[in-house]
Amino acid sequence: MSVQSIPQPAAGADAHSSEARFSLENKLTGWHIGVAMAALSIGVTLGIMQGFEHLGIDLYKYTAPAFKTYYQGLTIHGVLNALVWTTFFIVGFFTTAITRSLDRPLKYPWINVLGFVLMFVGLLMATYPLLANLATVLYTFYPPMQAHWTFYLGLTLVVVGSWVAGYGFYFTLHAWRKENPGKRTPFIALASTITMVMWQIATLGVAVEILTMLLPWSLGLIKGTDPLLARTYFWYTGHPLVYFWLLPAYVAWYGMVPKQAGGKMFSDSLARLVFWLFLLLSTPVGFHHQYTDPGIPQGWKFIHALLTYGVAFPSLLTAFTVAASLEIGGRARGGKGWFGWIRKLPWDNPSYTAQNLAMILFAFGGISGITNASYNVNLAVHNTVWIPGHFHLTVGSATTLTFFGIAYWLVPKLTGKQLYKPKLALAQAWTWFFGMIFFGNGFHLLGLHYGVPRRTMLGAAVYRDPAWTPFLIEVFVGVLLLTTSAILFYWVIIGTLAHKKRLEKPVEMPIAEAADPTPVPAWLDTWKPWLYGAIALIIIAYGPMLYTLISEMQLTSPGFRVW
Amino acid sequence: MHIDRYEQIWIRISVAVLVIFMIGIVVAGWSLSIQVPGVYGRVDPNTVTEPGSPWAEPGLRELAPGKYEAYILAQIWTFVPGEIRVPAGSEVTFYVTSKDVQHGFRIQDTNLSFMVLPGQISKMTHRFEEPGEYVFVCHEYCGVGHHTMAGKLIVEEAVASNQ
Repeated sequence: MSVQSIPQPAAGADAHSSEARFSLENKLTGWHIGVAMAALSIGVTLGIMQGFEHLGIDLYKYTAPAFKTYYQGLTIHGVLNALVWTTFFIVGFFTTAITRSLDRPLKYPWINVLGFVLMFVGLLMATYPLLANLATVLYTFYPPMQAHWTFYLGLTLVVVGSWVAGYGFYFTLHAWRKENPGKRTPFIALASTITMVMWQIATLGVAVEILTMLLPWSLGLIKGTDPLLARTYFWYTGHPLVYFWLLPAYVAWYGMVPKQAGGKMFSDSLARLVFWLFLLLSTPVGFHHQYTDPGIPQGWKFIHALLTYGVAFPSLLTAFTVAASLEIGGRARGGKGWFGWIRKLPWDNPSYTAQNLAMILFAFGGISGITNASYNVNLAVHNTVWIPGHFHLTVGSATTLTFFGIAYWLVPKLTGKQLYKPKLALAQAWTWFFGMIFFGNGFHLLGLHYGVPRRTMLGAAVYRDPAWTPFLIEVFVGVLLLTTSAILFYWVIIGTLAHKKRLEKPVEMPIAEAADPTPVPAWLDTWKPWLYGAIALIIIAYGPMLYTLISEMQLTSPGFRVW
Repeated sequence: MHIDRYEQIWIRISVAVLVIFMIGIVVAGWSLSIQVPGVYGRVDPNTVTEPGSPWAEPGLRELAPGKYEAYILAQIWTFVPGEIRVPAGSEVTFYVTSKDVQHGFRIQDTNLSFMVLPGQISKMTHRFEEPGEYVFVCHEYCGVGHHTMAGKLIVEEAVASNQ
């Protein structure tokens, strides 16, 4: 089976008219993922330079007018890859996923257009200080390091734009529910909207941090800032941020990949439960990023450790349910025996392969994530390269490789053109997979055994140890494979855009049916209890400590420019 | 809601694994005392090096034989002091703060690792049994000189110190 044969043949005329109904949604999706891919291309290039730097080869002297130092490059790498590529791709993907899942265009398309405009203006605004080396503060921008105010305002606009896009989705879902009384919300639309609501709640932390502390401080309106309070606001957003990256991949793994594998959703109800649990538990866990911070009592850190174990549970459920859904597909395709069905999965389809490999890498990322969450165990790995090793398997693989897989059906769908050279796309998926295995393994080991600090110019570090070299070479092999993979990705995407061969029938979004046709229970299609529960948990887990930190706030730290 | 039998088993295993991990961190944290930092007080980063502050003259102070306090000031891009010597078997309590941006502090080959924030005091205790050189590094990005911010703690053979 090749990628072109995935779309289910719909009656030709109907399919074409349905494409016309969604022409604005297609355009909006295209703008978002276009910006996302452009950002990623720069972010990835900087990643290659970091790989060279760690081996002691400093390329920044050649790129000086644009990228002056390792740390400026690293800031741009983090902002573009972790914030811009993800947020733009997610909003774009959801624009298609929600409207196609509901089979209903956006209720108020202007809201979503406005959302895109805000995000894009914010991106341009933040690009200026990044390129001018006025915001070399990394993507965590911890004060009292002080960036140019346009950096903070630009990031705020990107977040606010994504909220506005979310409002567009809520209105659309609400309209669908009014038009379809008594019907259960389709899984993809529900799960995507839950993700956007979670994001809305989660980003309040960083919004408060920027608007009440960093922006007025960078404009000189207030003299000082409180670094611990700022960190606490930041990590209130910083952990659910990772679920904002991950859940769109889960939408695809639960709701789309089983269809691409010829299977069905193993359990529609549990899939929904997983998303509600993420709404409930994603946010009140942020102190697990602050285990080693002074000024926060051990008791609160321990409570957040337990809640973090709680949020691991829906991911453990996902491992079973997604694998079982794929097994249905593998067996439907003639697979036999305990493991025989795995070989029968559509490994010749790059979209499928990329996403399945993303799932496998996520298993390793999840294991190191549990290590990070484990309270005192975190002392062994905190701020070592173990951490970037971990999140390159999560956001860099589970999310990014899944998005590549999605792009392999979404770009043909949006352009009406056949995917260019599917074999190259297949090679892209495998090179990313092995690249991340080498990269992730090397970084995990360097962090665990040698305590090598993260976000550090290792090639020039005064404490550089020759014992690191074999692992840094392993990391570099990973970087080379990832570079190859990125080149293949852009080759395939640009090739698809450039070539003239049009598809006869539009590509349909893959939508997996539930294996069990009985409708899901009503409590899994009801917002209020979950939403109130989420807010209550946040108040319990954050309220007392935030109250203490705010009432004892000392705005004593002036801004520093240390780059 | 119907849940498949195998999935029920998987759910039980998942919960059991998480409960075992939880017991693990409780035992390590409260009976083996491998603890994360807590609350130890605040300072004004603007006056932290002025007379009267324990970081006016940072360094090692002996409290009793084999028991020390180390006051360390983190600043761009050094630790003051950058070298500490203690006899083997010493228990050292570190008090670290920053006078400028955020830093990190980690002594390699130990569990000693924490953030160093301006305005906050970080404290942690460690007993150094094995003689040797322990490198300590800044593990939070603190500007273009971040990779040069390190020091060493030298644990000396404890032979002569008793006389």
